[in-house]
Amino acid sequence: MTTAVSPLSVQNLTVAYQKKPVLRDISFEIPEGKLIGIVGPNGAGKSTLIKAALGLIPRVTGEVTLYGRPYKEQRKLVGYVPQRESVDWDFPTSALDVVMMGRYGHLGWFKRPGAKEKELALACLEKVGMTDFADRQISQLSGGQQQRIFLARALAQDAQLYFMDEPFVGVDAATEKAIITLLNELKLQGKTVLVVHHDLSTVKEYFDWVMLLNVQLMALGPVDDVFTKDNLQRAYGGRLALLNRDDDAIIVSAR
Amino acid sequence: MGSIDWLGLLVDPNTQWILLGSILLGLSSGVLGSFAYLRKQSLMGDALAHAALPGVCIAFMLTGSKSIGFFLIGAAAAGLIATFGIGFVTRNTRIKQDSALGIVLSVFFGLGIVLLTQIQHGDSGNQSGLDKFLFGQAASMVHSDVVVMAAVALLLVVACSLLFKEFKLLSFDSGFAKGLGYPVALLDQLLMFLIVVAVVVGIQAVGVVLMSALLITPAVSARYWTEKVGVMVVLSGVFGSISGLIGTVASTAANNLPTGPLSVLAATMLFVVSVIFAPRRGVVSKALLQWSVRKSVLQEKKRAGAVLGTSSVPAQRGEEGQA
Repeated sequence: MTTAVSPLSVQNLTVAYQKKPVLRDISFEIPEGKLIGIVGPNGAGKSTLIKAALGLIPRVTGEVTLYGRPYKEQRKLVGYVPQRESVDWDFPTSALDVVMMGRYGHLGWFKRPGAKEKELALACLEKVGMTDFADRQISQLSGGQQQRIFLARALAQDAQLYFMDEPFVGVDAATEKAIITLLNELKLQGKTVLVVHHDLSTVKEYFDWVMLLNVQLMALGPVDDVFTKDNLQRAYGGRLALLNRDDDAIIVSAR
Repeated sequence: MGSIDWLGLLVDPNTQWILLGSILLGLSSGVLGSFAYLRKQSLMGDALAHAALPGVCIAFMLTGSKSIGFFLIGAAAAGLIATFGIGFVTRNTRIKQDSALGIVLSVFFGLGIVLLTQIQHGDSGNQSGLDKFLFGQAASMVHSDVVVMAAVALLLVVACSLLFKEFKLLSFDSGFAKGLGYPVALLDQLLMFLIVVAVVVGIQAVGVVLMSALLITPAVSARYWTEKVGVMVVLSGVFGSISGLIGTVASTAANNLPTGPLSVLAATMLFVVSVIFAPRRGVVSKALLQWSVRKSVLQEKKRAGAVLGTSSVPAQRGEEGQA
């Protein structure tokens, strides 16, 4: 699009858990250096899209290329923040240790993380404001702090393209602010970030681009062009309550 | 063998070998068990141990020899079929994994007992001692058995320490591991296979029925003492080897009692001690903590009440509230 090679290009992606497709014929390309929100109703396949792009779940059809090459060759360019509930936080490990896991992909087989990895992990913890909690056992952290640890781990991956699965769910205001500051910092470094997002009221404030998804790709583009009442009505069906004020659609609730 | 001559027993080179074998076996099963426990697959070890029995029996019936190599092949094949069966049932029916485990475990064990009885009633002269596979008899092992057992157990520990980082990530966040490009399915199978190997080498010493306890109990005990995976794995190995040691010594010393149950009793004793006395997570330490918190809160209330006539407790801990 704007640049020569798109960070992420998806062609004819279809994913099905059982018989029924969760995602149908998704094709898109995204530009580099943007914060992109993925928005859609429950069961629209937002997380599935991320997981399928990352190769975590099998695709029925479709091609995914990163910077013009197949995903498998480009793994080191990708950072991933899974949903916080996807792991057991009672696991016997410290915050620093979790962040160091972000370096495992670069380390290769058998090699243990050393002083270099520790230093980098500490720097990442500092970026998310969690330096004081480096040695804390992860179950002793609040939900927001756990989310920041996951974010720091993704930072440690030192990627070009980030996938984040609902990083704002169940976090306090301070963490939400810290995350969004960090996302903007990543953008300034020319990195691309895709974020699965639930809260329609903050889409305009947080993201440059938005992807509306409901099994099919409903719309993709700059927030001002795409995040319109008509498009949202189309993506959410009748499940959207809008409040009109000065021709600006303010979303009250969406389920 | 007499039951009084302890010193003479421990000096006996054959017993020393058996002891070494038991210690290494406990070490390897403790180490592997902690990964199974962290992956929440404690019962999988149980299923694999029980599935090993028919595999071992069939291997014996086909080859007529009590060679650990053939047993390993038989048990691994049976374990593979068992895990496949569990996967098949959970994928294609509405039965959940715990029920599927229960079904597969009992079917394989039942089949194993049938085959074992069949073998014992057969006329092969070589079958004596096969019944020891149920509960284990370390003293019945010959020198070459012990050497193989020790070598394999050592190999398992080396494999786990080489792949420590990989297994750790697999246990904590397999989705993330997959995203990094780890062959998660392969690692999963490998871990499963290593558990099968641990079960098979442990069969003669501990028996199939209780091998799973030696996989899980040391791991659960170790979890009480630490918040670090590495320490937990090592500690679990240490607990396992202590259990193996006590079980073997007691078994050889006291009239050839079966080793398996004795080892498991030893492991359980360590577990009980851990539950009660472990720092932070233990029952005693939790009660003490609660008591001291209560005392300080009451004192503070008293002080605040004396000054202001109201109770106010300043918020502490952490910079932010729980989300």
